[in-house]
Amino acid sequence: MRYDVIIVGAGVVGCAVARELSRYRLDVLLMDKECEAGFGTSKANSGIIHAGHHGDPATLKGRLEWEGNQAWDRLADELGFGFERIGELTVAFDDDDRRTLSELEAQGRDKGVTGLERWDAERVRREEPALSEEIVEALFAPTAGVVNPYEACFTLAENAHANGVVTSFEDPVISIDRIDDGFRVHGRNGTVDGRFVVNAAGLFADEIAAMVGLDGPTIRARKGEEYLLDKRLQGYVKRLIFPSPTPTSKGVLIIPTYDGTLMVGPTAHWALKDDLTTTAEGAAEVFEKVRRLAPGISERDCIAEFAGLRAVAEGEDFVVGPTAVPGFVQAAGIQSPGLTAAPALAEMVVEALKDEGLALQADPEFDPRLAPPVRFATASAEEQAALVASDPGYGRIVCRCEIVTEGEVVDAIERGARTLDGLKFRTRAGMGRCQGGFCTWRCMELLSSEADMPVPAVTKRGGGSWVVLPREEAGRGH
Amino acid sequence: MVTDRFEQLAPAYDVIVVGGGPAGMAAALGARETGAERVLIVDREGEAGGILHQCIHAGFGLHWFGEELTGPEYAQRFFEQVVEHEIDILTDAYVLDAEGDLGVRVMSERYGMRTVAGSAVVLAMGARERTRGAIRIPGQRPAGVMTAGFAQKLVNQAGYMPGKRVAILGSGDIGLIMARRLVLEGAEVVGVYELMAHANGSNRNIVQCLHDFDIPLHLSTTVSRIHGHERVDKVTVAPVGEGYTVLEDQGSDVACDTVLLSIGLIPENELSRQLRLRLDPATGGPVVSGSMETSRDGVFACGNVVHVHDLVDHVSEEATLAGRSAGAYATGQAPGPDNVRLVPGENVRYCVPHTISTEREHVVHMRVTRPFEACTLRLGDVHARPLRYAFPGEMVTVKVRPRILKEFHGDTLKIDVVPREEGMSA
Repeated sequence: MRYDVIIVGAGVVGCAVARELSRYRLDVLLMDKECEAGFGTSKANSGIIHAGHHGDPATLKGRLEWEGNQAWDRLADELGFGFERIGELTVAFDDDDRRTLSELEAQGRDKGVTGLERWDAERVRREEPALSEEIVEALFAPTAGVVNPYEACFTLAENAHANGVVTSFEDPVISIDRIDDGFRVHGRNGTVDGRFVVNAAGLFADEIAAMVGLDGPTIRARKGEEYLLDKRLQGYVKRLIFPSPTPTSKGVLIIPTYDGTLMVGPTAHWALKDDLTTTAEGAAEVFEKVRRLAPGISERDCIAEFAGLRAVAEGEDFVVGPTAVPGFVQAAGIQSPGLTAAPALAEMVVEALKDEGLALQADPEFDPRLAPPVRFATASAEEQAALVASDPGYGRIVCRCEIVTEGEVVDAIERGARTLDGLKFRTRAGMGRCQGGFCTWRCMELLSSEADMPVPAVTKRGGGSWVVLPREEAGRGH
Repeated sequence: MVTDRFEQLAPAYDVIVVGGGPAGMAAALGARETGAERVLIVDREGEAGGILHQCIHAGFGLHWFGEELTGPEYAQRFFEQVVEHEIDILTDAYVLDAEGDLGVRVMSERYGMRTVAGSAVVLAMGARERTRGAIRIPGQRPAGVMTAGFAQKLVNQAGYMPGKRVAILGSGDIGLIMARRLVLEGAEVVGVYELMAHANGSNRNIVQCLHDFDIPLHLSTTVSRIHGHERVDKVTVAPVGEGYTVLEDQGSDVACDTVLLSIGLIPENELSRQLRLRLDPATGGPVVSGSMETSRDGVFACGNVVHVHDLVDHVSEEATLAGRSAGAYATGQAPGPDNVRLVPGENVRYCVPHTISTEREHVVHMRVTRPFEACTLRLGDVHARPLRYAFPGEMVTVKVRPRILKEFHGDTLKIDVVPREEGMSA
């Protein structure tokens, strides 16, 4: 098969590029080594749409942060995923911090970031009583928001697919040949040709670039550990809480996620590209730093933890655009604020493809909208009653911690979920305080029946992440 | 075959029982005993019985039925009585909220969304298992790390194996039972690792599930790291020093494909929180009176939702009392209030109930904080009783009769468990 564009990497950037390209009459392939969209760096993201004032406008990161920020309302509306501008507070403990707030505020105003306010200690205490009494001042930025990063990936990919983009998962790229008028991409699932390649391979963008003979940019991994707290703490803080940043890091934050669960983190330490470990030191660091912001937060409230790896290019900035190899366009080194910037990054990549010679002819059949998924738990009592009346599947609870119904799980499988993590990130089944203890088996049964796979073929997240073995394979008789 | 199909969900009941496990069934029967006519059990599963269905090993019923039964047999006996006593069981149903004037909002496959009124409510939702997140085991996040109860469901109900080479963290009873079960099924259990210096499960299970099957139990040892990219491939186990510091540099790697967690149960108190009941931080469950009434009038609680029990027989006993009290409340025969507060004293982690009446007989359950050989249980200054032993993994039970308290005129009784000599000199 010959495609116009092959996108390597279905993280939030690759998905956003795919969806942007699906507006045009093009044959596009989106491929990823993982089993579902967003299963690399994107799913371990903090889920923050940054307010816009953090990044230096002299950098690409800083510029696209604000540009991308403004695209999210429309994206969420079209694709039906949750997004809320809950605002953020960057807090100061002393005069040094206050100077940092002034610099951030000035930088934001220069960039045109709207709504920035300085709050005195009294206002901070009134609005966020759980925060430390030692906070002397804060900078409030109402433009900051939260999304579920995996939902953004799933819906971008789903909408792209609905508009004709072909997807191929568990399909790592093994090598790329340059051929006349394009590239021959050898993946695990077979060989495909493409006139253009978009390298959105995250941590491995340097390896993909090397396959076409490019030298760099070198990508290093900076690990962030995050800790999720029990839903009981919902509302403990209402806004994103940032310490005053240092030149290298935004610090350890308190994040009220879109679903209401409080998350604390991330750490920021260099790591190997496969190091997704959480550590005792990381936990200690996160909770110590967070307690400075809000003394009442405790390790005891932790229900889950995870680690993600940021793809950091030399020079720390995004590397986006054409390369020395004609037709090979990159979006590499996409670290924070990559999620925020993703819509702007996608437009930039499409512009670069156009400059490289890709003809963009609008597809009149492009439909930007995706029906939002049913969310039983957050529906009103009347809506819940109507749902149950419409389909008894919505009357059967699968996940009791997060109140997820069988109907929602079946919907998610119909929309492409093929793994337990895929179900979890689409429906929240298994994401609550019991961490799947009660619902995992039912989810496995539903995957087996609805996606037509034997139970032992159900995995946590693809590949060798099997969950159960047939009795005869593990047990007696062997 | 006994069937639980009833004609029609009534708009109002004398007693509504939330949860149809052993606690819920015994509570419903207790309510009928004291004259409640209309009793409803709401359960989220397809049949009543709760977690007993996956407990196919024997050892249930020695106290209550005077014979040894399996979990499903124990459940069946109660189930038959429940049906015989014309108690409505609404299965595949979920109580969404219990706000307002003792009405519960129930979602069910059969009736959709309904609000059902109850003169009294009994909470019997049971407990859930603690997970990896609760203790933050460092390392990678592969498939194959699961709670012992989930593995039990896989093996005993679903008919699948969780893996071939299994490490078990924590020495709770479910983990011990599963160690034996997995060996019987042909898997290898490489060891049971317990952070504390003593086992958390019952002695009976240590002997019958580990010793009899040559499964090593490593005390003061923990899983300090989980390895494996897609599926578990090994764990690091390390000794634990003073103050529970993990001595990872003295650790070693053990190959396995599965890690079972048996690190404790947490009462499921989401509804209790909605009802704004007073909770006891030591048990994780509601504070209850001598008649198992919570801090809210007409709301009773029993079983693992109140505190985690070792034996289902004790659950049945406690739940019968809760049900009787709820039935009495619903029919206007509630007893007078309690007049004595019980508080855990020396070496006692918690005691249930939290209050008693000097007029009535009470069964008081408690857990000690550390193991004891010969020791003495002291009830304030009014009563002392020798105990042959006391372990944190086995609930200590004492009957408090009005006779004992005849001379007592205070309002607070402290319960201590102390070494024998000290106890005798008191």
